[in-house]
Amino acid sequence: MSKATSSLPRSIGAHAILLTYTIIALFPVFVVVINSFKSRQAIFQQPLAPPTPKSFDLIGYTTVFGQGDFFLYFQNSLIVTVVSLFFVLLFGAMAAFALSEYRFRGNTLMGLYLALGIMIPIRLGTVAILQLMVASGLVNTLTALILVYTAQGLPLAIFILSEFMKGVSDDLKNAGRIDGLSEYTIFFRLVLPLVRPAMATVAVFTMIPIWNDLWFPLILAPSEATKTVTLGAQIFLGQFVTNWNAILAALSLAILPVLVLYLIFSRQLIRGITSGAVK
Amino acid sequence: MAAASKRPFPWHIGVFLAPAVLVYTAIMILPLFGTLQLSLFRSVEQVQTFVGFDNFRTLFTDPNWSFNFCNALKNNVWFFIIHMVVQNPIGVMLAALLSSPKLRFTAFYRTAIFIPTILSFVIVGFAWKLILSPIWGVAPNLMGLVGLKSFFTPWLGKEEYALTALSLISVWQFVGIPMMLIYAALLSIPDEVIEAAECDGITGWSQFWKIKLPLILPAIGIISILTFVGNFNAFDLIYTAQGALAGPNYSTDILGTFLYRAFFGFQLQVGDPNMGATIATMMFLIILVGVCFYLFLVQRRLRRYQF
Repeated sequence: MSKATSSLPRSIGAHAILLTYTIIALFPVFVVVINSFKSRQAIFQQPLAPPTPKSFDLIGYTTVFGQGDFFLYFQNSLIVTVVSLFFVLLFGAMAAFALSEYRFRGNTLMGLYLALGIMIPIRLGTVAILQLMVASGLVNTLTALILVYTAQGLPLAIFILSEFMKGVSDDLKNAGRIDGLSEYTIFFRLVLPLVRPAMATVAVFTMIPIWNDLWFPLILAPSEATKTVTLGAQIFLGQFVTNWNAILAALSLAILPVLVLYLIFSRQLIRGITSGAVK
Repeated sequence: MAAASKRPFPWHIGVFLAPAVLVYTAIMILPLFGTLQLSLFRSVEQVQTFVGFDNFRTLFTDPNWSFNFCNALKNNVWFFIIHMVVQNPIGVMLAALLSSPKLRFTAFYRTAIFIPTILSFVIVGFAWKLILSPIWGVAPNLMGLVGLKSFFTPWLGKEEYALTALSLISVWQFVGIPMMLIYAALLSIPDEVIEAAECDGITGWSQFWKIKLPLILPAIGIISILTFVGNFNAFDLIYTAQGALAGPNYSTDILGTFLYRAFFGFQLQVGDPNMGATIATMMFLIILVGVCFYLFLVQRRLRRYQF
């Protein structure tokens, strides 16, 4: 009785809070995107109004498209992100499995050594990394970025994944061993599918900083052929400080691909999280 | 003993560890030590000369350096405090609401609230700069709608507000991370535990405080240390919104921007890799202390439950 009466106001309250926060989260993105379709005059007169046929104007977009090669930048970002992500997940899961599964001499020490990278920003080593890349002739290649981002993503991936792998039931693995499965089969066939939700979480946390990074593309791969979207957008924004149409259009263009990528990926993430939790 | 020596050498452990350890050591650890080493050297007539802790002495006692360093450190601590006090409680609250059973549209809320987190600092910094700009007038207009227009000031341009405003922008951007991690932790609590609590008459808020919160404490611990590390490495947002000078009048200068200026130089000052490395070493030590505190004092006291 009391439960039935209290659940409705409570769920209205929950919706009210979540909706308020959703509006706060989306508002700046919304304002930027709607204004990117308006004429300069309308941007300033009525910044909160959606574009009307009268105020509709694509001048910002034509300026941006006239200036650079967003598709190439996008492709570069995509290659770097996907390849780094693959290596981080594969190598990270393998190392996490070794650390959480086997008791060997130096296990704790190795765990601490690998966890060191969570607290040390890889940026602190930038000068030496640049020297290394110059020496190996990798400057202005996407390979340099992929190597750096793989190293950058590994510590956190190993840390989170080994936390999760400690929770995988020992009975299952031992049953596999009794059936004569090799350690590799146990890892790839039994353990990896079970930690998929954790892998999805790690993937999102690894992907975001890689996609958004400005520092390493600027230092290691600033050439026109290897520019990433983030670097390209930064340069646009720097060039068009007073051209509000172009700035808003460039911002919208930078938001859009990430948004699409995220919406595709988030289904995977949410399915991963819920399938792990609802057994 | 005899049984142990007969066991074959565990090659598979090496195979599992090798790729990660190799990449990580070559690209991260060795360059890092290269940089730490630089902090003990100084360029004298273009030759790197060992000077011991002279660079650190300069950083702490030379009035030009020590004032900026203390300022950056103080600002960074404030930046971190705002994150802990605002970001993490909001994240826990949103996750708790999202995980309440039978609530509809959770997928929509979850996806929408995470969106700012996926945007780059370049976008976030610029978008907020435009919105808070008095020239455009989006913020004053909005505040006018609720009758608060007189409270509007150009926050990013005022020394006393700029750092707090930027911290809140950063909170706005990153609240999705604690939300997602805690949401996953809440979902992984088995139904039996919740049902048992309900049988004992523990529901609603007291269920959250007494049953769920203790179970998600390890997740909150991880989030806190990630926030700490992230905040003391922060650089991009301040750099995109306020530039390398972290204006107005260095009021938003944090360790990351201070390091950048020392390392690469700005305006009339020439970049000094050795002083940069010295500041980097200080950041390293600060982070090391925080992480050790977490690993040895906090994490050991958190109980882990295996279901």
